[in-house]
Amino acid sequence: MAIESEVLVVGGGLAGLTSALAAAREGADVRLVSYKQSSLRHASGLVDLLGYTSDGEGPIVDPYAAMPGLPDDHPYRTVGVETVREAMALFDNVTDYRGDHTDANALVPTHGGTIKPTARYPAGAAAGLASDDRNVLLVGIESMTDFDAPQAAAHLEAAGVPFDVRGETIRFPGDLRADAKVTRYAKLLDANGEVAVRGRTRGARDALAERVNTVHGNEQRVGFPAVLGDQRTDAVRGALEDRIGTDVFEVPMGPPSLPGLRLEEALFEALEESGASVETGNPVVDFDAEGGEIETVYIEKNGALIPNRADQYVLATGGLVGKGIESDRDSVREPVFDCHVAHADDRYEWFDGDAFGDHPFAQFGVETDETLRPLAADGRVEFENLRAAGSVLGGYDFAAEKSGSGVSIATGYVAGNTAATEVR
Amino acid sequence: MGSPPHIAVIGGGSTGAGIARDLSMRGLDVTLVEQGNLTHGTTGRMHGLLHSGGRYAVSDRASARECIEENRVLREIATHCVEMTGGLFVKRPEDDEEYFQEKLRGCRTCGIPAEVVSGAEARAMEPHLAKDVEKAISVPDGAVDPFRLVVANAASAIEHGARIETHSTVRDVLIEEDEVIGLEVEHASGAGERVHGKEGGREEIRADYVVNATGAWAGRIGEMAGVDIEVRPSKGVMTIMNVRQVDTVINRCRPKGDADIVVPHETTAILGTTDEEVEDPEEYPEERWEVDMMIETLSELVPMLEDARTIRSFWGVRPLYEPPEVGSTDPTDITRDYFLLDHAERDDLEGMTSIVGGKFTTYRMMGEEISDHVCSQFGIDAECHTAEIPLPGSEDFTVLRDYMDEFGLRSPIGRRSVERLGSRADEVLNTSDPNPTVCTCEGVTRAEIQDAIAGSGSDLNAVRIRTRASMGNCQGGFCCHRLAGELHGEYDESTARAAWDGLLEERWKGQRHALWGEQLSQAALNYALQATTQNRDRDPADGDPVDFSAFDGGVGADGGSGTAGVATDGGPRDGD
Ligand SMILES: Cc1cc2nc3c(=O)[nH]c(=O)nc-3n(C[C@H](O)[C@H](O)[C@H](O)COP(=O)(O)OP(=O)(O)OC[C@H]3O[C@@H](n4cnc5c(N)ncnc54)[C@H](O)[C@@H]3O)c2cc1C
Ligand SMILES: Cc1cc2nc3c(=O)[nH]c(=O)nc-3n(C[C@H](O)[C@H](O)[C@H](O)COP(=O)(O)OP(=O)(O)OC[C@H]3O[C@@H](n4cnc5c(N)ncnc54)[C@H](O)[C@@H]3O)c2cc1C
Repeated sequence: MAIESEVLVVGGGLAGLTSALAAAREGADVRLVSYKQSSLRHASGLVDLLGYTSDGEGPIVDPYAAMPGLPDDHPYRTVGVETVREAMALFDNVTDYRGDHTDANALVPTHGGTIKPTARYPAGAAAGLASDDRNVLLVGIESMTDFDAPQAAAHLEAAGVPFDVRGETIRFPGDLRADAKVTRYAKLLDANGEVAVRGRTRGARDALAERVNTVHGNEQRVGFPAVLGDQRTDAVRGALEDRIGTDVFEVPMGPPSLPGLRLEEALFEALEESGASVETGNPVVDFDAEGGEIETVYIEKNGALIPNRADQYVLATGGLVGKGIESDRDSVREPVFDCHVAHADDRYEWFDGDAFGDHPFAQFGVETDETLRPLAADGRVEFENLRAAGSVLGGYDFAAEKSGSGVSIATGYVAGNTAATEVR
Repeated sequence: MGSPPHIAVIGGGSTGAGIARDLSMRGLDVTLVEQGNLTHGTTGRMHGLLHSGGRYAVSDRASARECIEENRVLREIATHCVEMTGGLFVKRPEDDEEYFQEKLRGCRTCGIPAEVVSGAEARAMEPHLAKDVEKAISVPDGAVDPFRLVVANAASAIEHGARIETHSTVRDVLIEEDEVIGLEVEHASGAGERVHGKEGGREEIRADYVVNATGAWAGRIGEMAGVDIEVRPSKGVMTIMNVRQVDTVINRCRPKGDADIVVPHETTAILGTTDEEVEDPEEYPEERWEVDMMIETLSELVPMLEDARTIRSFWGVRPLYEPPEVGSTDPTDITRDYFLLDHAERDDLEGMTSIVGGKFTTYRMMGEEISDHVCSQFGIDAECHTAEIPLPGSEDFTVLRDYMDEFGLRSPIGRRSVERLGSRADEVLNTSDPNPTVCTCEGVTRAEIQDAIAGSGSDLNAVRIRTRASMGNCQGGFCCHRLAGELHGEYDESTARAAWDGLLEERWKGQRHALWGEQLSQAALNYALQATTQNRDRDPADGDPVDFSAFDGGVGADGGSGTAGVATDGGPRDGD
């Protein structure tokens, strides 16, 4: 017996989660299946809309105003600016993110000390904005190689930020070993666990604040690497603000990224509240189609193939990073439904010679019609009841444009909404 | 003679470093100049096979004998650079039986320990060998780390008083009355050209004698001195796999041919190679068919290679030389032996000898021979000790195991860094500060990175070759910025940023021949980490001033005017 739903979303990254949420909110019976952890584990947790044009102009102040100038086949052009706004409203509704008070991008410092344009940022990063002229103290943790506070501070100065910034490195109180995972720090702070400092034991939050106070001058805000709690970040940040006497913020970091994981968790929670069913840990490996429509997909579970059947399907399996797009020495493909992916025959034409050149691989993905249905090489719709969203789409370079999460949210929203409308 | 003669050695590859060590141990005053970092040339782009001599046992027995002799020496003096993996010459059904027997006889004639093993025995040693491999000859091949070995030679030379100048290019050979009297050297400078040693400007280095050890570039130095040196550069490709599919060196037992060897190295296996003459040691085509051939042909020996992940491919040029009168047309026919060209005898130019040809495995022997030659010019009778005295880091490998516990380093990180450092582990790792891992793929800790920075300056590529940091699966995606962070402090932010950029570009260039499958996905991830999260592709610090006031300054940030509209000019702060 097949597992039935009205809408089946394949992939549980930002795009899949958004489309499942959108469809569920439209009243559809939704099921989401996803294989591994999504690329939010790697992502900073910032939600970019559009930071640079396709020609590299920027940083863009108003992303919405710049969208109409993008190439015709860009996903934002496909869905339209107004729809992007609606999609962002859904996102704002289910998360505790900041930035929705203005159309303007924010400039947020990240762990290397570069500032980047983004549209939404976690509440915990809000006090760190580069357009805020209050002076900053960045605090690094000696054994955390991902964030070198003095270097980040000097790097910010080199970018001409409108405030003074200083970096200090401290030793984290207690005896976490040198290679402790970021989650260890976060859990210790969540629990305000006891740590021993010069023979006395005290709560980790207090001990950390005390260390910071020995290096803190008159800066009005203090930034930490993004390890300030996992489940109870507001409480951790609040306690530190209290004891240091300034605003406190987190600087987004690389993998494993706590802000990215927190966002993933928040979205899964919202999805569960919406009544959708969720299954993770097993891949979709095969499907049946009939008369140009997908009938059934098969999930591989402990060696068995479990049929899942729906009226409408959403493909949100990610790009090269999420393995929604795969390649070998001769070709590039979309492995689940074998949708057409345009690419040069010669693999040496898949990339540019400069590390940050114009990379064709960054734009690999499926092309779609205006309702996000993937198109075959001859321009015909691949399957009547399949829509694609997020990084599995081609035609945009999210890394260069800084548009990753925005495109995933906007196209996820459209794919989910349209699928739900179809089943009504 | 009062002070010892001053010898200028050109070239910081294995040959030059070996010569510098030997001459300085004999008490001569040595300056070595290298245009890049150490191992910048062929030495940094070779296969890393410590030859047993087996490969030459049929065609070039003189080379085979030298190889086995030096193979034994390096196992003694460079334990921390050598891994004795052993090697196999395997025979497939279509390979010639007669040649197999000739190989066996050749090995035995040259004194190379060689045993025949059955196909089943060979597969017991190497489970991934093809099912139809019939039999094999086992020989004492090994893997050698060229970076560590050259750095250890340079370190030893420095201990004996030598001056080593990297990022310093010889621009001219100074000649007075048919005698070479020194070199004109240009020292690199600036944030882009990161420097160790003398920085910037030109320098005339006076020398009593010059040794040209520039390998494939020897002809260029020859031109500066007005003499002809007919090096025949020949390129070869090597493809690095992401895991170590074999633990033994696997050679194909057939007469010379392309794509016939796999060498295990640390966590990887390297496939090789080709042999094609090129015009220019720096500008030559790197071609797709070469990479495809490595994978396809070597899959005949180890089938799983067909679908395995490669992390990069690179090319090197052999500095082959043969006396012009031999006139081989095929580069594979050119001898692998080395030649001393005394320009006094050959060209009536006093004061300079070039050393060309040879192999990495025999670098020490080449150094000994040329040092003998140099000493004889000055009537110096000093013995060579490079074959007995261990290289720095190699003195007592047996104590290494203990270090691991002592430093509380967890395996495998501890084991690997201790293996890399050899007996220097104590000095380097013994720090009271936290010692986190900076490069997770290769298990390189902060202490090791800091030691490398102290040794090689702000060039992160030089730090890389000393430590292997950024050389694993992720090709620096996760650690380039960390390395830049490690550099900062000792060096200022703009130097650290330039070094960071340099490392990113270098890591990227090397991956171009591996960009499909897993490694293309990895590249996409790295690109996202560096461009998306860190905005390094459009770093405002490198670009035009940003008008900060136009962007979101937050909602009602206390303390101030933190909303959009903050009045600042947004210009860079430098200089105010
Ligand atoms: C390193 C990095 C940094 C980033 N930084 C930012 C940033 O700073 N700002 C920003 O806005 N965006 C950023 N992004 C982009 C953003 O986070 C997401 O990557 C993007 O939105 C793509 O999301 P997605 O849902 O399309 O794909 P993914 O997140 O890749 O999710 C795809 C999901 O599909 C699953 N899947 C794949 N195949 C199958 C199958 N056969 N069956 C079932 N499930 C399957 C995968 O396991 C995965 O869970 C970053 C991305 C990366 C990789
Ligand atoms: C593909 C390939 C695979 C190989 N595999 C093996 C193997 O497995 N085992 C083995 O034993 N051997 C191997 N070899 C051979 C071995 O790599 C070389 O014989 C050896 O490394 C040569 O060292 P070298 O010091 O003579 O030359 P190089 O390492 O090239 O050193 C010459 C140096 O001179 C410098 N230089 C040039 N011009 C100037 C200037 N004007 N001023 C200052 N400096 C200058 C260059 O930058 C260079 O660093 C291989 C070679 C190739 C090409």
